[in-house]
Amino acid sequence: MNITQLLFWILTVIAIGSALMIVTSKNPVYSVLGLIVTFFAISGHYILMNAQFLAIVNIIVYAGAIMVLFLFVIMLMNLSRATETLKNKWLQIVGAIAGSCLFLVLVAALKNTEVKKNLVEMGTGDIGLVKSLGRELFTTFVIPFEISSVLFLSAMIGSVVIGKKE
Amino acid sequence: MPINYYITLALCLFAIGVVGVLTRRNAIIVFMCIELMLNAVNLLLVAFSKMHHLTKGAAATAGSDGQLFVFFIMVVAAAEVSVGLAIIVMMYRNVHSININFLNRLKH
Repeated sequence: MNITQLLFWILTVIAIGSALMIVTSKNPVYSVLGLIVTFFAISGHYILMNAQFLAIVNIIVYAGAIMVLFLFVIMLMNLSRATETLKNKWLQIVGAIAGSCLFLVLVAALKNTEVKKNLVEMGTGDIGLVKSLGRELFTTFVIPFEISSVLFLSAMIGSVVIGKKE
Repeated sequence: MPINYYITLALCLFAIGVVGVLTRRNAIIVFMCIELMLNAVNLLLVAFSKMHHLTKGAAATAGSDGQLFVFFIMVVAAAEVSVGLAIIVMMYRNVHSININFLNRLKH
């Protein structure tokens, strides 16, 4: 087992463990912290696949901006000790069974595919670097890039209008 | 690293997100589980892009479309989070709770 595989398994265990922490913890602040740890583990996976641009963008946008927004809302509403009404135990059990059935069905569908023996390029290849992705973004994908700025503008206006006191 | 490890990891994260959406009643935690599912899909897109680059590596930029799609998914997710959290704040202001069972009023 070389260092790449070792890092892969460590990051996988961290990601799945903290993802379970999101679902199971009672306190929403702990859920947010678990989600931040999951995002960092996923960024580690991106770095392992040499997708450096996406790793940095993932940390800046998700762990930096979005999670701060979540924490801000939770602390603003003072929800950290809000007791969640457990409606009934059966709903939770049925939800867990449904989710694990989805997982099992998709893994079983993976079993007979051709693609599963293909290798993922680890640590080499320069398609994930800022230079090549930026060149692609400003030549082939320049129109979606400009449209996404319009999307951001409409999201800004929308959140201000929704959040305004009427 | 074979691709099926990455597929299984992404499926596991996605299934955890689905379980969270189905079982939790807190609107913010439901929202965070949706973010988790988006990130599982992003991870799988990046893994497939690197796989495509290795197998069809004739062109130097083969597979960079997948990583740009991940970038656009992140852009849309950031916009979605800002609007969604505004909706949750508005809902808390109106009903003083973020239990999503209050959201069934559109039914009536």
